[in-house]
Amino acid sequence: MGRYVVRRLLQMIPVFVGATLLIFLMVHVMGDPIAGLCGERECDPATAARLRGEFGLDQPVWRQYLTYMGNVLTGDFGTAFNGQPVTELMGTAFPVTIRLTLVAIVLEIVIGITLGVVTGLRRGRPVDTSVLLLTLVVISVPTFVTGLLIQLLLGVTWGWIKPSVSAEAPLGELIVPGLVLASVSLAYVTRLTRTSLAENRRSDYVRTAIAKGLPRRRVVTRHLLRNSLIPVVTFIGTDIGALMGGAIVTERIFNIHGVGYQLYQGILRQNTQTVVGFVTVLVLVFLVANLLVDLLYAVLDPRIRYA
Amino acid sequence: MPEQPYEPERAMAGTGMGGQMDLAASEATSLEKTPAGPEGTGPEGTGAEDKARSLWSDAWRDLRRNPVFLVSSLVICFLVVISLWPSLIASGNPLACDLAKAQEGSQPGHPFGFNGQGCDVYTRTVHGARTSVTVGVCATLGVALLGSVLGGLAGFFGGAWDGFLSRITDVFFAIPVVLGGLVLLSVVTGNSLWPVVGFMVLLGWPQISRIARGAVITAKHNDYVLAARALGASPSRLLLRHIAPNAVAPVIVVATIALGTYIALEATLSYLGVGLKPPSVSWGIDISAASPYVRNAPHALLWPSGALAVTVLAFIMLGDAVRDALDPKLR
Amino acid sequence: MRTATYATRAVCAAAVVLAGTACGGGTGDSGAVLSSSWGDPPNPLEPANTNEVQGGKVLDMIFRGLKRYHPETGEAEDMLAERIETSDSRNFRVTVKDGWTFSNGEKVTARSFVDAWNYGASLRNNQRNAYFFSYIDGYDKVHPEGGRQTADTLSGLKVTGERTFTVRLNQTFSTFPETLGYPAFAPLPRLFFDDHGAWLKKPVGNGPYLVQNYTRGSQMSLRAWDGYPGHDKARNGGVDLKVYTDNNTAYTDLMAGNLDLVDDIPAAQLKNVETDLGDRYINTPAGIIQTLAFPFYDRNWGKDGMEKVRTGLSKAIDRDQITETIFRSTRTPATDWTSPVLGEDGGYREGLCGDACRYDPDAAKRLIEEGGGLPGGQVKITYNADTGSHKQWVDAVCNSINNALGDDRACVGSPVGTFADFRNQITDRKMPGPFRAGWQMDYPLIQNFLQPLYYTNGSSNDGRWSDRKFDDLVDRANAETDTGKAVDFFRQAEEVLRDDMAAIPLWYQNGSAGYSERLSGVRLNPFSVPVYEQIKVG
Repeated sequence: MGRYVVRRLLQMIPVFVGATLLIFLMVHVMGDPIAGLCGERECDPATAARLRGEFGLDQPVWRQYLTYMGNVLTGDFGTAFNGQPVTELMGTAFPVTIRLTLVAIVLEIVIGITLGVVTGLRRGRPVDTSVLLLTLVVISVPTFVTGLLIQLLLGVTWGWIKPSVSAEAPLGELIVPGLVLASVSLAYVTRLTRTSLAENRRSDYVRTAIAKGLPRRRVVTRHLLRNSLIPVVTFIGTDIGALMGGAIVTERIFNIHGVGYQLYQGILRQNTQTVVGFVTVLVLVFLVANLLVDLLYAVLDPRIRYA
Repeated sequence: MPEQPYEPERAMAGTGMGGQMDLAASEATSLEKTPAGPEGTGPEGTGAEDKARSLWSDAWRDLRRNPVFLVSSLVICFLVVISLWPSLIASGNPLACDLAKAQEGSQPGHPFGFNGQGCDVYTRTVHGARTSVTVGVCATLGVALLGSVLGGLAGFFGGAWDGFLSRITDVFFAIPVVLGGLVLLSVVTGNSLWPVVGFMVLLGWPQISRIARGAVITAKHNDYVLAARALGASPSRLLLRHIAPNAVAPVIVVATIALGTYIALEATLSYLGVGLKPPSVSWGIDISAASPYVRNAPHALLWPSGALAVTVLAFIMLGDAVRDALDPKLR
Repeated sequence: MRTATYATRAVCAAAVVLAGTACGGGTGDSGAVLSSSWGDPPNPLEPANTNEVQGGKVLDMIFRGLKRYHPETGEAEDMLAERIETSDSRNFRVTVKDGWTFSNGEKVTARSFVDAWNYGASLRNNQRNAYFFSYIDGYDKVHPEGGRQTADTLSGLKVTGERTFTVRLNQTFSTFPETLGYPAFAPLPRLFFDDHGAWLKKPVGNGPYLVQNYTRGSQMSLRAWDGYPGHDKARNGGVDLKVYTDNNTAYTDLMAGNLDLVDDIPAAQLKNVETDLGDRYINTPAGIIQTLAFPFYDRNWGKDGMEKVRTGLSKAIDRDQITETIFRSTRTPATDWTSPVLGEDGGYREGLCGDACRYDPDAAKRLIEEGGGLPGGQVKITYNADTGSHKQWVDAVCNSINNALGDDRACVGSPVGTFADFRNQITDRKMPGPFRAGWQMDYPLIQNFLQPLYYTNGSSNDGRWSDRKFDDLVDRANAETDTGKAVDFFRQAEEVLRDDMAAIPLWYQNGSAGYSERLSGVRLNPFSVPVYEQIKVG
């Protein structure tokens, strides 16, 4: 087990290098960002050349990458075009986004798995059908619209919440945005749990447990659910990164200055330093999340062992 | 043993190596939803009858009797027909727009009203089916195939192969959709939907891959798989015959839901300026154009969204039916 | 609303701490602070480095220059300038008023200006707006087009006394003093040069507000500066600028009572604005015009005879309907190439475009046929998809053209992913057809609407249109010392523009804003920036 973890941690190094190089090249391929800095006019060539020098864009791309990586190893992630250090941007964006992601994941786990268990045990009943309809609504109506309507209803018409999240983004203000963010993933979690549960319902260990006379509740939570969670856990693991880096719409609607927004801005402004910096951290999050998921497999299914 | 003509699971049940099948099968008759057919009577049939029956043909027999499957197939057939010949039910021109009618509601000849540009919502919804259904189905198929093959192999073989594939998925996960779209799709000239589909497959497969990997890791520890392995079944046979049918459920669930998100993603790409451009017509484009105006003209959002919902519903139902049919325990 | 009262209380507490004034009821509480929507400025907040509205908003609050544009009429009025004298429209002698200081107590002297301008012009400081100083003698030494700079200071600037300095231009430019209200010409305190980092963290200026607190990317708290010597003292206790990532959220916050002022109403909400806000909505003309430019470097579009096609396209666009339906009258159909905010005296002339800008589908079709038809049978209108709601109006323009020509594929919108990519395609002369062009004036002069955009090799002449007659007329206008005569020449130049349809004028953009019940006296200046110091709270 310990060796397995060490091996996995070592594997992070090539992934880290590969991902940063890939992202670096992708932003580079997007072209020269300087033209976008001068508004609706042509940058004067001398200033443009100076700006390229300032951001290191006049170097060949391999040297840019090496310089960048060298700086990253010393903790310097460069500066955004507005002169703000990227570490400062990350310092404000990541804590907010991590909180938002946690809220979303907790909601996914609590609501998604509950609904999944309920519908899985009552397949074809009205409750199953209602949840299916809800799923369809969530998938076919864009988050933008759901978010907007919830914001109008709760924030303006009823006045239950503040429509926008303040700069400090306390946990309480993130519950509604978290729900909006989690909505599509909730659909996945619910249906995955439901299907998996329905499959395992008839396995021998459940039958044995029932035959032993265990209470239904214990059978469901201890035996049935535990063995049905592997696909769900896998999904949530893959979802962490998507929630952290892809919350662009939710973050915009609720005015959250998080990772999704900064990354989006960085990409549109073609700012290599911001984009690579943020993605680098996200890659690390992925790696850790996936490692945790793999370790969870062994917890959920004792037959799975890691050498 | 490799030539074994009938399902190993059943053979095992017969030989008492995997007791669970026995129990599951005997319970099948009392199940609420699987129609009891002649093949549902039990796995201990004689070899002569079983020769013609594989898991897949069993599944097909089940499916044909399943009303859920029939209804969803009908809906899908309908979608295919209007995708091929939209003019059958909507003779208007989806590109004819009159700004003077912008956001107007339902009126004679225009049952769904008009959108923000004054185009007929009904005509556009019908004509948008071709693009949206093609993008959704092809992207989903591509993602599901690529993802489950790579993920399945990673989960089955484990070790270095798994490490390698999993780390590649990690790198792919890290690519933000916006960045990928702006980089990979902005080089595409022309207005074909295949680059869009290709892009979705490229960025979408890691998710299915991880789901499939997880499912295969669980499935390969099942008793019947261990048994089949002990009996000398080849890896390909193990994977295809024993593991795949038992690992396919989560893949189907994720794929059918993802189908809807791909149809919506097509609009996101268009919104970024790298997806399909006018004069293409699609549900995604119309949904995203109508979204900001939901307070004033909800109907312009409702109909294309509704069409998307029906499509996703049909595929979710189809996926459910297929999964049930593949599950021997429900038989 | 609960949240609203909470906000008021917090704001009052802050104001009490700061100004020591009680926060009670009553009208026009001069100590109360208002909150306003803001966007994160893309460039550092230096005066010569700011070329967009969000940064401009702050500069307008914390700086006062030699001139200031009247918030209503846009006329350039003396602010810190006691007088600006010239006899030849080329050598100017500037006297700075006595008694002005920066908010840190430092006196504003002639040197504050000269140092600031030298800083702005110098190549090594990477200032985006350096070209503003390009009329000053010696600019080519401190900011050469290529190679190293050979001087650190502009030879045309000389400090002649504590409060006087002289400016020598490299050409005659009669309206030069009127350009001095642009923020790039603001004075800078020594702190800016001595501790640049500290200044950027908390900018210090000489305007009616001072920066109390600045959290990059989320909020800037500005407070009224008690020691401000100007006549346009702030009538409120201060302004909290809150960064919004989406103007729709700001609008929702306004409706919920969490925000006092939104100066950019999202297009999708314009239809609801009256039910949501009643009369707390303003929609006033701003010095912004939207046009469609053409790639004149492409023979398909630049060759003789194509002016008929260009005029035909202009006549195929139903501007009235688009501005009304898509923009809900926050745009006005354009009938010339300037802006109504200039006023008739300043050079705006309603209807100068005449027939060529009037919607007439039949004439449009005929003209395009006479001109040889659309190149390749289809026009692609290129725009950048990442900012604004360009897709909407481009689609509407295309539908209008398609309907006029009776061909549903005659015109299609062609989005480009990022603004930088869009600009690169323009700079590299790769535009395949007409493309979006917009111009927000730097200063309210007709010269600013014509010269940068249409003069041969002008800095924003994106279509590379070139016409000797036009250039001559602009030169003559610039050399003219009499403003009235200068404007006449500019108008003649504009007629040349019209006859060749160098760019299709679409509409003039208005500034729009909504505000809470607490505010009164809200107004937007011709740059579509709220006139914060005039706003009363309570």
